[in-house]
Amino acid sequence: MFDYGYFSFASKEELLGKAAEYWNPGKVSFWKDAGTPMVIDRREGYRLYDMSGKCLIDLHLNGGTYNFGHRHPELVEVLKSGLDYFDMGNHWFPSVTRAAFAEKLVRTAPHMKYAIFGAGGAEAVEIAIKTARYATGRRKIISIIKGYHGHSGLSVATGDDRFSKIFLADRPDEFIQVPFNDADALERELKKGDVAAFIIETIPATYGFPMPEEGYLKNCQDLCHRYGARFISDEVQTGLMRTGVMWGWQGYGLRPDIFVCGKGLGGGIYPISACLVTEECGQWQIEDGAAHISTAGGSELGCLVGHHVLEMLQRPEVASNIEFVARFFAQSMAEMMARHTDIFRGVRQRGVVLGLEFDHPEGAVAVSRALYENGIWAIFSSLDKRVLQFKPGVVKDVELCQEIMDRFDAAMPRARQLLDRMRKSF
Amino acid sequence: MASRPLLNIPDRDLSATRMKVVRATWAAKYFRRFDRGAVLRIAEAVAGAGYERAAHYAEWAVRETGYGVVEHKTLKNRFCTHDLLDHYRDLDLITPRVDQERKIIEIPAPAGVVLALAPVTNPVATVYYKTMLAILSRNAIVLSPHPLARECSADAARYLAVAAEAAGAPSGLVQCIEEPSVELVEDIMASDRINVIMATGGNAMVRAAYSSGNPALGVGPGNGVAYVDPSATVDDAARCLVESKSFDNSILCTNESICLTLERNRGNMERALRTAGAHICNAEDTGRLRDRLWTNGRFNPDAIGKSALWIAKEAGVRVNDATKVLVPVVERPGQDDVLFREKLCPVLALTAALDFDQAVTFAAQAAKRGAGHSAAFHGNDQNRLLAFSNAVPVNRVVVNAPCSQGAAGFATYLPPSFMIGTGYAGRSSVGENVGPQHLVHWTRIAFGRDAPADLSALDFNALPRKPVPVAETRVVDTPGPELTRDTLRTMILEELRNLKGGSG
Repeated sequence: MFDYGYFSFASKEELLGKAAEYWNPGKVSFWKDAGTPMVIDRREGYRLYDMSGKCLIDLHLNGGTYNFGHRHPELVEVLKSGLDYFDMGNHWFPSVTRAAFAEKLVRTAPHMKYAIFGAGGAEAVEIAIKTARYATGRRKIISIIKGYHGHSGLSVATGDDRFSKIFLADRPDEFIQVPFNDADALERELKKGDVAAFIIETIPATYGFPMPEEGYLKNCQDLCHRYGARFISDEVQTGLMRTGVMWGWQGYGLRPDIFVCGKGLGGGIYPISACLVTEECGQWQIEDGAAHISTAGGSELGCLVGHHVLEMLQRPEVASNIEFVARFFAQSMAEMMARHTDIFRGVRQRGVVLGLEFDHPEGAVAVSRALYENGIWAIFSSLDKRVLQFKPGVVKDVELCQEIMDRFDAAMPRARQLLDRMRKSF
Repeated sequence: MASRPLLNIPDRDLSATRMKVVRATWAAKYFRRFDRGAVLRIAEAVAGAGYERAAHYAEWAVRETGYGVVEHKTLKNRFCTHDLLDHYRDLDLITPRVDQERKIIEIPAPAGVVLALAPVTNPVATVYYKTMLAILSRNAIVLSPHPLARECSADAARYLAVAAEAAGAPSGLVQCIEEPSVELVEDIMASDRINVIMATGGNAMVRAAYSSGNPALGVGPGNGVAYVDPSATVDDAARCLVESKSFDNSILCTNESICLTLERNRGNMERALRTAGAHICNAEDTGRLRDRLWTNGRFNPDAIGKSALWIAKEAGVRVNDATKVLVPVVERPGQDDVLFREKLCPVLALTAALDFDQAVTFAAQAAKRGAGHSAAFHGNDQNRLLAFSNAVPVNRVVVNAPCSQGAAGFATYLPPSFMIGTGYAGRSSVGENVGPQHLVHWTRIAFGRDAPADLSALDFNALPRKPVPVAETRVVDTPGPELTRDTLRTMILEELRNLKGGSG
């Protein structure tokens, strides 16, 4: 019996039935078929507990949402303390939390002028695109093929048509896609002189974290500026110290005109996102400050949590830990690859952002399942299923990291078996 | 604006300290694979750095705490650098040991993360000492300074950490709690990431360490009895006593508390002490000292580590300016006089027994207040020395030398130490001068007595050693899926080969 007081379920099966009936049948059956039918019940630190009681180490982190782990005690304390005083607030008015948080954010990127808040990453991307259009008076937005920036009206149009066509939300006239790591293709589009912005994740997550080639991003940024377009960095998965610096673009020597962050910004306990803009781009806020509004965007509780998230990330001990975690997995994955070289073919890494490449078009689906059976939750990249997203959190300790590698090693024979089976059925 | 914030904020110091411990676990993981050469290089560097600033930190410690003497603290700090290293240089806690005959192989297993408390009395020497021990035993160390000596302890720890890292130590190997409070230290002491606590300090702190649930090495208080046998050369004995009691104003727990001699030798003793620089108190002065130093049976902490002149002035005892030690005289040995208790200041109670048997009985009783600690014997009668040592419940007896320095290894061949194990008698898990060997256990591989065992071809170099230094955040780029896959694999395999071949 799962009695939560407000509601109860007799079993995991009953819950799955109700979820399929009232919530989302497609998702319920998808995970069942994938062999990873997880229903997260308890969660603590970097561990998740399925309703069956099965424990899983979380290496998905919802794209970095749980950068600090689940329900980090310090963040929970901040939110609880905030609830004694604040609520979501009224987005129409200035507020102490929003002003303080905006200032703290801008100080992490001094060439930026304003922080504009949303409730989720897509909303922040929405703001970014609108801002670029305002600043340039142009409509066209370029993104990369297999790029991903969210599911709202403008953001979804930048991404894979799997997510836009189904809702007739694709806008091929206004949203152009070019191949990743191909600056020439970008230039060909920019040359037309009608492009408002190029938006790119600093390391494209949903595409399996392929690494930008040397100079590629800088080249893209310079090209944008040459042709009067704005350069937008999507930092939803690469921001917040996950690549070893606060924002991924800092590590590539960039100065984006606009950048977007979300997910981990709310510490996994209160949703908040932000779009940071330069003074030049942010002029619409002077012309009409209420041109973009959002009831849930920049809620005061979210601002309070976000403020503390940044403070925690700025601590030298945390930075040092990230270095240790990154170094550990660099070394351990190299060893692991040598041990399982027949199926494990490549590691893409920057800081604690890792993509693990397996030898099958859907290799990561099988590996994800094998890991699940061995107590690890890591998700494949939706748009390149050869690649497993492997995302350790910033405060992981040595014991847990070692346990992950031990479990990983134990899961490899099973992964090999599943891959063989997939190859045969192809 | 309100004076108190409107919101509660989480304890930043606690959170930072917990992260430090996590960092230490990482550092320990890497450091335990370092080979002997690398460890000794780091130890050399830290010793050199420590020596360099020994006087600087001695001055700082006296300024911050008000305890002790700069010149002596300088000696103590220096003692924990090259002298300590020289003492332990040949103690190999890193190379596996093979005992062919007994068919036993021993592989060292460092503790991991050491939490080390530094007392207010030796705030820098302890930081030096415990850091050196941690390095020599391949452990990471988190130092917890005494709140009243926070600044000098923390600065010294940071300074040594920089020296260690510059010499190749993993980052986070030496760290210090910046804002220690009793609650914070208790929280950290109970952390399951701490492998052993080195507790030096007040009795409450030592007991708290033992109660934390973690393994601990703690030490108890002392109350050193120095017996001067008629076979001693009194002038030599007196010189030792004065030198010892005035050393750092008696702040070391190894200092003598009582000078015990025989009635027939008392006159000589008084004269010799006077010549050596002590002030022998008459009955009134003895009373004044007793009243000034104790209130309701409790020692007044303001006198700790103060000079004889300061104490004499405070107590209203007139002494000449050259006085180094105050000697109150208690006619007959007994248990009740507070003057027979531990005195961390240059005050030495003098008393005389009627015969040797009575002296031993008294010494044994008085030493119970500092059980397991130290005592001194002056004289040339070896049988009496044995009888004395056998009867008095201490773990070290310093002979014909100053006890402050002697028991800590300065003036004797005992291991140099600022942790004087008081053993089971003194409620401690360790009974000797603590050294790096106490921070390492050994995995013992034992063959059956009758089973054949060929131990000649063991290749310890195959064990994982110092890892190849990896760039801070290593980047492995795979721009195109097919194109670079093989190149990448070759690169990684090559790196792996290096990793296995190259022991640091």
